[in-house]
Amino acid sequence: MIELSNIRKAFNQGRSNEYWALHGIDLSIEAGKVTAFRGPSGSGKTTLLTIVGCLSRPTSGRVRFKGEDISALPERFLTDIRRQSFGFVFQQFNLIKGLSALENVILPAFPSGRPRAELVARADELFARLQLAHRAQAKVEWLSGGEQQRVAIARALINDPEVIIADEPTANLDTALSMEFMAILEGFTAAGKTVLLTSHDPLVVESSAVHRVVGMRDGRLIGD
Amino acid sequence: MSPWLEKQRHLIDFTLASLARRKTRNLGLLVVYTLLVFVLASLTLYSNALRSEAKYVLAGSPEVILQRMVAGRHDLIPPGYLEKIGRIRGVQKKEGRLWGYYYDPVLKANYTFMARPASEVADGSIMVGEALARERGLARNNTISFRSYSGKLFSFEVAAVLSPDSELLSADLVLLSEGDFRRFFEYPDGHYTDIALSVANPQEVRNVAAKLTATLPDSRPILREEVQRTYQSVFDWREGILLTVLAGAILAFAILAWEKASGLSAEEKREIGILKAIGWETGDVIRMKIWEGLLISLTAFLGGFLAAYVHVFHFGAAVFTPVLKGWSVLYPKFALVPAVDGLQVATLFFFTVFPYTAAILVPIWRAAITDPDAVMR
Repeated sequence: MIELSNIRKAFNQGRSNEYWALHGIDLSIEAGKVTAFRGPSGSGKTTLLTIVGCLSRPTSGRVRFKGEDISALPERFLTDIRRQSFGFVFQQFNLIKGLSALENVILPAFPSGRPRAELVARADELFARLQLAHRAQAKVEWLSGGEQQRVAIARALINDPEVIIADEPTANLDTALSMEFMAILEGFTAAGKTVLLTSHDPLVVESSAVHRVVGMRDGRLIGD
Repeated sequence: MSPWLEKQRHLIDFTLASLARRKTRNLGLLVVYTLLVFVLASLTLYSNALRSEAKYVLAGSPEVILQRMVAGRHDLIPPGYLEKIGRIRGVQKKEGRLWGYYYDPVLKANYTFMARPASEVADGSIMVGEALARERGLARNNTISFRSYSGKLFSFEVAAVLSPDSELLSADLVLLSEGDFRRFFEYPDGHYTDIALSVANPQEVRNVAAKLTATLPDSRPILREEVQRTYQSVFDWREGILLTVLAGAILAFAILAWEKASGLSAEEKREIGILKAIGWETGDVIRMKIWEGLLISLTAFLGGFLAAYVHVFHFGAAVFTPVLKGWSVLYPKFALVPAVDGLQVATLFFFTVFPYTAAILVPIWRAAITDPDAVMR
C-alpha cells in the first residue's frame, strides 16, 4: 500500500546546522495491518511518519501511495490526500482548547464542505463507538488524558481514512488507558484500516495487536 | 447548499468560535475600533449634513447680489443704481435691499435688521427670529425697545415670531418696515445696502455678472455659487482641523490594529499548525482569518456608523457641535436633515475596514505557510 524507496530527509539543508534525519529508507507497508516503528529518540521515527502521512516531503527518494508517486505533488494535492486518506493521533493530542469535543472532532472535515448535520451524525457515531457520547459537548480542556486521546482518535476517523498514523500514542497514558488504546487499535484492523505508529512502549510493540515492528536508529532501519 | 457555501459556513462558524474563545481581547479591539469609526463617521456625517443644509438654505437666496465698493470696502448703493442696471437679458427681478447689524447690549449679541415692504411688516411692528425671541423672552404682541446708534429709543410691537423651520437662517433676524429701518439707522433715502438679482437660467449667471461689472465698474457681483463654495470650504477646513486633532487617536488605533494583527500568539500559531496537519489547506487558514478580520471590522464599521448616525441626527452631534457649527452668541436650534453621501461612506469604509483586513493578511500568510509537520516535532 505504501512504498518508500531511498527516502532521505535533511533539516536546515545548506546551513551550518544541517542535519540528516533519515538516510535512505526502503520500506514497504502492507494494507490492513498495524506497523510499529520502534527506536530511541532522534532515530527518525516521527520524521518518517510525517513523510508517509504527507505532512512533509522527503529531501530525496520516492513515496508511493496505492501505486501513485506522491513525493513531488504540490501542497494542495498533498493536503487533499492527507485529509482523505490519513488520520492523525498526535502524542500531545493537539486538540484546540476552548472548543468542545464535538467541534474538535468535526474540524478536519470542514474543508470538504460536507453538511454540518452529516458531520455531527458521523461524530456521534464515533463518540458512541469510543464510549465518549456523554462528553461530546464538554470543552476539551475539561477532559481527562484518556478522554482527550479518544477525542483525538475520533477526530482522526471523521473523514474515514484508510491509514491511521499515531505518534507515541501511549506516551501520556497510564497502563489501563494504554490497554484501552490497544483495544481500540484492534478495532481499526478489524475495520480494515492500516495503522502506523511509533512507540518505545513494550506494552505497544509487544502487543498481539501489532503485526509488524520496524526498528530504527540514527535515521536507518535496523531490521523487523 | 453547495459544498463551497457549506465550507464558508464552516469557516465562519469556526471563526466565531475562535473569536468567542478570546473574548476579552477581541471585545477590547472591537470597542476601540467601533469608537474610532463612530468619531470619524460622526465628523463626516455632521460636516456633510451642514454642507447640505447650507446648500438647501442658499437655494432660496438670489442668484446674484450686487455690492458697491469704495476703497475696497462695501458701501451703500447710491440712488439711481437700480435704474442704471436697466434691462439685462436673463434677469427676472431686481430689488434694492436694506439690512444692517445691530448690537444689543442686553444679550451682548448682534442682530440682523432687515427691511421688508409695508405689505409684510407694518410701521411700528417687527417680526423676530426664534432664537432671539427665546433669548429675550419675546412673544407675539409684546413690546420691545432698541436704542439706535444715534441714541434715540425706538419701541416696536412684536407682530410675529418667525417659524422655527427657518431658524438656521432667521435665528437673529429682525424684520421691520422700510420706513422704520431708515429712521432707526438714519439711512439716507434712495440708498440701499445691496441689490439682489434673480436669474432664471444658471448658465446666464456669469454673463449677467460680467454685464453688471461693465455697467457699474465700482460694484462687485457676488454669485450664489461662490457663497456656496465658501461654505463648503469653511466646513472642509473645520473638518480638517478636527481630523488633525484626531490624527493621534487614528494613529493609536493603527498601532493597536497592527500589533493585534502582526502579533499572532504562540497559541494561535500552534492552532494554525494543527489545522494544517489535520487537512486544512493554507488557503483555508487564510480564508478563515480573513473572515475573522472582516467580522471584526464590519461589525465595528456598522456599529460605529449607526451610532454616529444616531449621534448626529438624533442627538445633534453633541460631541462636535462646538467645533463644527461655528461661533455665535445666538445659536440657532435646528435639527439636521439626515444626509448621507455614498462616496463619503465608501471612503470611510475604505480607510477603516480595508487597512485592518490588509494588515492581518501578511502575518497570517506567514503563519499559514509553515510546514504542517511542525506539530509533530
